[in-house]
Amino acid sequence: MDLFPLWNSLRIAFFSCIVVFFVGIFAAYYIARLSPVWKGILDVFFTLPLVLPPTVCGYLLLLVFGLKRPAGQFLAGYGFQFVMTWYGGILASAVVAFPLMYRTARGAFESYDKNLDYAGQTLGLSNTYIFWHIRMPACKQGILAGLVLSFARALGEYGATSMLIGYTPGKTATISTTVYQLWRTGDEKGAFMWVLVNLAISVVVMLAVNLLEKGK
Amino acid sequence: MSLSVCMEKKLDNFILQVSFESERGTVGVLGPSGCGKSMTLKCIAGVEKPDRGRIVLNGRILFDSEKGIDLKPQQRKVGYLFQQYALFPNMTVEENILCGLQGEGEKRKRQEKLQEYLEKMDLVAERKKYPGEISGGQQQRTALARMLAGAPELLLLDEPFSALDSHLRLRMQVEMKTLLKEVGKEAVFVSHSRDEIYRMSEQLAIMEQGKVCGFGDTRRMFDKPHNKTCAELTGCKNIAEGKKAGTHCVEVPAWNMRFETDTEVPEEPFYLGIRAHSFDCNQNENRTNVKITGCMEEPFEMIYTFRYQDMPGETPDIWWRIPKKDRLPAGTGGSEWTAKKEVCLGVAPNQIMLFPA
Repeated sequence: MDLFPLWNSLRIAFFSCIVVFFVGIFAAYYIARLSPVWKGILDVFFTLPLVLPPTVCGYLLLLVFGLKRPAGQFLAGYGFQFVMTWYGGILASAVVAFPLMYRTARGAFESYDKNLDYAGQTLGLSNTYIFWHIRMPACKQGILAGLVLSFARALGEYGATSMLIGYTPGKTATISTTVYQLWRTGDEKGAFMWVLVNLAISVVVMLAVNLLEKGK
Repeated sequence: MSLSVCMEKKLDNFILQVSFESERGTVGVLGPSGCGKSMTLKCIAGVEKPDRGRIVLNGRILFDSEKGIDLKPQQRKVGYLFQQYALFPNMTVEENILCGLQGEGEKRKRQEKLQEYLEKMDLVAERKKYPGEISGGQQQRTALARMLAGAPELLLLDEPFSALDSHLRLRMQVEMKTLLKEVGKEAVFVSHSRDEIYRMSEQLAIMEQGKVCGFGDTRRMFDKPHNKTCAELTGCKNIAEGKKAGTHCVEVPAWNMRFETDTEVPEEPFYLGIRAHSFDCNQNENRTNVKITGCMEEPFEMIYTFRYQDMPGETPDIWWRIPKKDRLPAGTGGSEWTAKKEVCLGVAPNQIMLFPA
């Protein structure tokens, strides 16, 4: 059995998790400082991928990064394309998983005691130090939970991924696209194998989430 | 040492307008919850920004809206002690204190200072513990040590005793008072408890709804309140409108009473206030029969409510507090005073406070 889809899914999920971690946290951090109007608008925008069908997200990504589109052409000028490449999968998964990270991080920040920030500031600690050494550890539980959820979502991403990077065995195939492809071509046994792999990963992830929540 | 604050900030329910100047020692800020006391401290510390105004500490301008100066909290050298202490939960006691010592360049110096503060605050045994593992009093001492370690020029104390159990509260007040004297730093102490304020501060600002309605020497503020609000907030229970009846005589229609006073009676409209402790059954001045309407026993004090003869019905009862040990003059009925008993009560003329609205 060719293990490429497992490896590809894992690396896509891993890298999109990293992207989502930083972007999600900073979006959550900065949105709290905006005026209520901007907060409302941006919050809808950031949460949109959660409620849109993933295929719609994929379609929108193609509208922006498609090879004939300005952004896609611009990137292609530097020999870089999201369409039909494995790292395009990172973009697709990151967009779909982003709201999970953003919302859990925002929830954690909202219940965070701002006086800890103030105390740090009056003690002369830099804002960066306060963020990474005081705020993040205090919000650790929530942010880790968001991270695990994002990872699970990125790993299981099908709709946006198949729209943007399609299915090329040994190149862009992920577990979810492989299951569909094998089943479609009548390879029931192969599809079932990948279903088992996916089940195993999901169980591990859910166990991790439960353990984190217990630690709260 | 000097602190001068004059600022304005629009809040949700009212506009915060604070101005006071202090030359030395501890300034108390007394006011009910939500009157803008904490916001005032936050503006001085620089974690909140006033809409306009000027804050000057020892000649250094911390904030000046006209000159466009707004120092970061990191640059203000102002220490802040929070109500719930705001200790960093992921750091041990010693790591928390070390946060205040970041300014010390040398590592050896930092360790020396850390040791000094641990010993001074009696935290040596707790140095490796986390804030969640130590008592409330130890948490407060850790927060104090952390604040002092930063060598601030001004200390801001935001209801520092309200999170403590009552038996610890008084002890920590004595400790803090000694400590403040020892470090010789100016402080602003915020509280809604007049007892704490009276003990801790030399000067007092009284705040209500975002405005300072009186500022001055703490003892004088209790003896001679500037106005009705100040009288109420310093705990004066009995206040009624007065009418001039002579240079040293006041008529109070709401109580159906006349009082001789030591202070000269003003021409302008004024109020008369008598503290619940001021009534005295052995006092011959301003003496008359009153009707006891209610009684509550405290550990060391009795609290009564009473009415003067023929007092108008809509006027609330008058409060009287008396220590148990000197409660009962001979022949007034013993410990069984209950409702409807008549008592003869007087008030010394120097206990009668007159103030404008």
